[in-house]
Amino acid sequence: MDIFLVGLIAATLRVATPLIFGTLGELICERAGILNLGIEGTMFLGAFTGFAVASVTGSLWLGFAAAVAAGVIAGLLMGLLTVRLGVNQHVSGLGLTLLLTGISLFAYRIIFGERSVQPSIDTFPKLAPFGNLPVLGPIFEQYALTYLAIALVPLLWWLIYRTNFGLQIRAAGENPEATDAAGVNVFRVRFLALAIGGGLMGAGGAFLSLAQLGSFIFGIISGRGWVCIALIIFANWHPVRVLWGALLFGGVFALQLRLQSTGMKLPYELFLALPYLVTIIALTLAGRNASAPAALLKPYRRE
Amino acid sequence: MLKIERRPAPVWVRAVIPLAAILVTFILTSILILVAKANPFEAYYHFLIAPLSGQVSAIEVLVKSTPLLLTGAAVTFAFSAGYWNIGAEGQLLAGAIAAAGLGMALETFPPIVAIPVMILGGFLAGMVWAAIPALLKVKLAVDEVVTTLLMNTVILFLISFLLNGVWRDPLSGWPQSAQIADSAIFPKLIPRSRLHLGFLLAWVVIGLIWLVINRTALGMRMRSVGMGPEAARFAGVKVGRTMLTAALVSGGIAGLAGVSEVAGIHYHLIEAISANYGYTGIIAATLGGLNPLGVSLAALFIGLIDTGAQSVSRALGVPIFLGNVVQATLLLVTLGMLLLQNYRIRRV
Repeated sequence: MDIFLVGLIAATLRVATPLIFGTLGELICERAGILNLGIEGTMFLGAFTGFAVASVTGSLWLGFAAAVAAGVIAGLLMGLLTVRLGVNQHVSGLGLTLLLTGISLFAYRIIFGERSVQPSIDTFPKLAPFGNLPVLGPIFEQYALTYLAIALVPLLWWLIYRTNFGLQIRAAGENPEATDAAGVNVFRVRFLALAIGGGLMGAGGAFLSLAQLGSFIFGIISGRGWVCIALIIFANWHPVRVLWGALLFGGVFALQLRLQSTGMKLPYELFLALPYLVTIIALTLAGRNASAPAALLKPYRRE
Repeated sequence: MLKIERRPAPVWVRAVIPLAAILVTFILTSILILVAKANPFEAYYHFLIAPLSGQVSAIEVLVKSTPLLLTGAAVTFAFSAGYWNIGAEGQLLAGAIAAAGLGMALETFPPIVAIPVMILGGFLAGMVWAAIPALLKVKLAVDEVVTTLLMNTVILFLISFLLNGVWRDPLSGWPQSAQIADSAIFPKLIPRSRLHLGFLLAWVVIGLIWLVINRTALGMRMRSVGMGPEAARFAGVKVGRTMLTAALVSGGIAGLAGVSEVAGIHYHLIEAISANYGYTGIIAATLGGLNPLGVSLAALFIGLIDTGAQSVSRALGVPIFLGNVVQATLLLVTLGMLLLQNYRIRRV
């Protein structure tokens, strides 16, 4: 294994991290029957909140916790709109994204003003558990949050398929009427799913500002939330497949960056667009046997 | 005793809802104004009244609303047929690319040729960009929300590719295209202002979609598909074909918004040609209740908020992003309050 490949794998894991957080978050929402298009804004809010709290308090972990909390609140707001009031999920999700993006930018200007030098913080350090391992060592040189993201995959699988709460989530997403008849509070389950999902999305955003960049820029999310929406379909609503999808996407992105830095003359925009195109093709192929939750997009009302 | 029933509310409630939503939005967003250490009443004076009290800024409201009238019309047309086109942003950009390309190429032609060709080209480009998700939806039942959304990002890469490569301005070296030919620039409607032909074009489009939706057989088929594809199919409507038509026309109209921004405002293709106009168009369409007249009022109002945000920012130092927050809050509040029209209160 040469250095190029090792570096590529390490970068792939890094690029995939926010996508794993975000997609797992969206997965929980969708399994409960809510398409949360607020994800792009929730990740943006997480990136901002994490950065702002970390730079004011000086604690990165406090910043991370605040980002998760902000994501939970965003999820509950989505719940108020789509679960409690039962309004159109597409439009309220997009509206939420616009709202959270606007609020983050507004608050950023209030706190940091307009400066010529971008405010920045020291990022999380990278862990190197196998630092002296020959050749393969650099692959494991990752942020703690990357390890957390990967650990969340089996955890989410266990939550969804092996716990009572997971069963309730799946039931609420497949057949809310029957779930209600069985004595489960569908509203409560959907609210909780949105809260957990929002927290994960916030964590994904915070990874970018607290670990990868150490600053908050306006293009920090730049469509990653939409990628997560696509990855869900790619993963056929299964948590373990989310990991493969995120790694595939991360791999293409990392490869593009590497090739660019070697000075190869190539239309890197094509590489950047490639994962989106692959997703659309995957959607088309999966379209026929996709197993979307049956009650996705359907508001539940008790008569 | 009063009882709340699930029955359509009286007509006057529908008329009051938008006004009540605006009021609630202002109360909610005044929290942010207080955070910015400004007086909410003063801020809303600058937001809503100041832009309309001077001729220059009042015209600017119309300039700002021009792309929103078009994207709002585009979204309305697709949503009416139950096709959730979230891709007006990308279709706008497709129209902008076509306008820039044609605008640069049509140097030797007079405006009477150049401008119609550009408008037509932009419409077709928007249609083509809308065609991919629309065909996938109609032929293979692929959800259009996700695909239209992804196509928005894909075309941004195409623009970046063009502006960093073949189209990079040879004069400035900036990532922008060369200026379009003088003959391709939209004439101004009012001398020495920024108000251009695109504003007129937008109103023609609004009028046309009203006519199509409300007065033609196609419009009736679209509305029946929008209300329920199953029932429409049962009634003999060709659901796929109707949806496809609505989606393509919607993409074309969004493409016109791109033409209007390139030929009327910027004269170059730039990466930031659209300030989220495609997404804001969804706000306008929803606020206007998918009624072309209501949508155009909503677009004008959003144009006012955009202009007002600049004036608040200049006068009181409140960050300009307040405008984005007000628009999004208004959308969410309206969505919530529209539910009220399904209920009425009765004395028992």
